[in-house]
Amino acid sequence: MSNNLTTHQTKWWNGGRSPFNMEYGKLMMWYFLMSDTFTFGAFLISYGTIRVSQNFWPDPNVVFNALPGAGHANLPLAFVSVMTFILIVSSVTMVLAVHAGHHGNKKAVVKWMFWTIIGGLAFLGCQAWEWHHLITGTHAVLAEGKLELIGQTMRENPWGKLVEGTEVVDALKATSHETVAAIVHEQHSNFTHEQLMGMSHEQLTGMLNVAELHIREKGPVAFGGYFYGITGFHGFHVFSGVIINIVMLIMAQKGVFQRRGHYLMIEKAGLYWHFVDLVWVFVFLCFYLI
Amino acid sequence: MEHQDHAVASEITFHHEPSNDTKRIWSTFWVLLFITLIELGLGLLLYATDWQSSFNLAIKGVIVILSLAKAFYIVSIFMHLGDEIRNMIMTIAVPLMLFIWFIAAFLLDGNSYKNLRNNYDKHFKERTSVEVKSKTGH
Repeated sequence: MSNNLTTHQTKWWNGGRSPFNMEYGKLMMWYFLMSDTFTFGAFLISYGTIRVSQNFWPDPNVVFNALPGAGHANLPLAFVSVMTFILIVSSVTMVLAVHAGHHGNKKAVVKWMFWTIIGGLAFLGCQAWEWHHLITGTHAVLAEGKLELIGQTMRENPWGKLVEGTEVVDALKATSHETVAAIVHEQHSNFTHEQLMGMSHEQLTGMLNVAELHIREKGPVAFGGYFYGITGFHGFHVFSGVIINIVMLIMAQKGVFQRRGHYLMIEKAGLYWHFVDLVWVFVFLCFYLI
Repeated sequence: MEHQDHAVASEITFHHEPSNDTKRIWSTFWVLLFITLIELGLGLLLYATDWQSSFNLAIKGVIVILSLAKAFYIVSIFMHLGDEIRNMIMTIAVPLMLFIWFIAAFLLDGNSYKNLRNNYDKHFKERTSVEVKSKTGH
């Protein structure tokens, strides 16, 4: 009976054929992506390990609340939603290019590859803006008895615990005149920096509404390093994906794949591009959502 | 439309016919978008809840499961792994099972390190715990 069954089935492991029914290069792309999965997995798990070993960790809704052109408005998660949407759409245009390749439709392949590249560039632009905003956008923190203005770098970040109002009042006395003037400027933008610098320390602190300052301590040291390391490594993947897609677009346009008779290279580039989207699902999860 | 049936590669024994419409691609797009919007809603809900409560933890669990669902759709449909033969699916899926150990072991170890430090390093506990001083200045 078993003899009867096996004659109707393909003997995948008997030799003479690929047991995976897949072209060599595409199979190797899958294995490369699997190894890359473990690289990203190791990064994210190391981040998770440090994070659960801390009593305090920054709230993503506090860290990621800015949108280009929205000034100081508090819009948690808005910008990263845009970035996620861009990447999902570029994944769809990529799979449409692969679909067109299956039908040997050169014109449609070129069109959808073009839109995929645009999506990748848009994502990179968003990431550049976000990094720039985090690095240069300074916040007042309480450290060693006085206030200072810091942005998020590899070594320090302003996302620690909120500080008591009474502590802030004491710290203001010890804070440098320039820093106090800069903090006052945020609440009273109608004064110029020069006007504020000309006032006395007491005048300046008298103008501050301490209850609305939301002064924090410095956040966990590892936060910035993990954020820039992992989103940077992902951004590097997006960048190399865009380069690969540009090469594929040029080759498709020149008719290389048409002469070959198949668009397998588009499929392989597509696998890489979807992987980039896949990794973003988990970067988005670990850094922005939970 | 010219067809691609002539042997693409000698490794391929069975050539599956490509689908003629893009319906499945677009429906997957809407599913992914819908899941992402739910995730965002839950992420904003986290903002409004106490971050140490078990309700907060439960929402995070739901978000993780939704992300895994997104990953499944991307791999299965966009990357066409679902259309491959079982041997191929298994050679990718089985090694990924290592992640179950990988995640559990490391997160448990991190958690144990936190507990040890809280027990034996009172300064660390006092300096970093949120109960001691927080939520003022609102």
